[in-house]
Amino acid sequence: MAISLDKALGIHQHALEGRVKRAEVLANNLANADTPGYKARDVDFQAMMQKAQDSMSGFGMTRTHESHMDTSPMGADSELLYRVPHQPSVDGNTVDAQQEQTRFMRNAMDYQASFQFLDGKVSGIKKALSGQ
Amino acid sequence: MSLGNIFDIAGSGMTAQSLRLNTTASNIANAETASSSTDQTYRARKPVFAAIQQSMLNPSQQGMAFGNDDGPGAGVRVEGIVESNAELQMRYEPDHPAANEDGYVFYPNVNVVEEMADMMSSSRSFQMNVDIMNSAKSMMQRILTLGQQ
Repeated sequence: MAISLDKALGIHQHALEGRVKRAEVLANNLANADTPGYKARDVDFQAMMQKAQDSMSGFGMTRTHESHMDTSPMGADSELLYRVPHQPSVDGNTVDAQQEQTRFMRNAMDYQASFQFLDGKVSGIKKALSGQ
Repeated sequence: MSLGNIFDIAGSGMTAQSLRLNTTASNIANAETASSSTDQTYRARKPVFAAIQQSMLNPSQQGMAFGNDDGPGAGVRVEGIVESNAELQMRYEPDHPAANEDGYVFYPNVNVVEEMADMMSSSRSFQMNVDIMNSAKSMMQRILTLGQQ
């Protein structure tokens, strides 16, 4: 049986990638906290993980042309949604800086959790390879 | 790795906020700059922010069949600086060296209280971007330690 490193690491590598993408979106919200007309965005993390799981189970589609739809777990922006504002401001901006910052921090913590899992997997593989 | 994008995004936010702080400083410094005519008087300056879309950075991706979404965005930019159209303050000061023949001088339309509030807002936003950058840095440093122990 061939060892597949992709499968050995499980879902965690996709989770980590998803966390990075979410951090990027939230950082962009915060950078645009004072931009008139900017609409706050966020990713649908569950949909992203679902896609990752589907592609891991072997039912993912491959792109053979650049204008094909990107169905890879992190490639498409279809999970990128707009936030429903609690209190939109007069200039059309829907970023709530405090909430976004809280989400960013929480996302960073979740990133650390995913990282710990991934690190555990890697050290497990290392242990298995060294035969201890 | 898109963690690097966070540095660009937070960096663009810091640039924009420091420019906003710059205009505020300029407005406050010139709050009492009098002149003898309306067109020579300093007017309050305000930056106009706009979001950067990723499609602006990669024009090759534009017009793709399904990829018409703008993506997560790539930060903020300053589209320009506009001068306030608010009315200038006309004061009767015949002893002022810059007074016109009727004895009036014109003071800028800078509202110092508004500028102070703007200053606090922009320095807070700047701090927020610094925090984001620090978080991204520690996330990146952690990923570099993957599998080292």
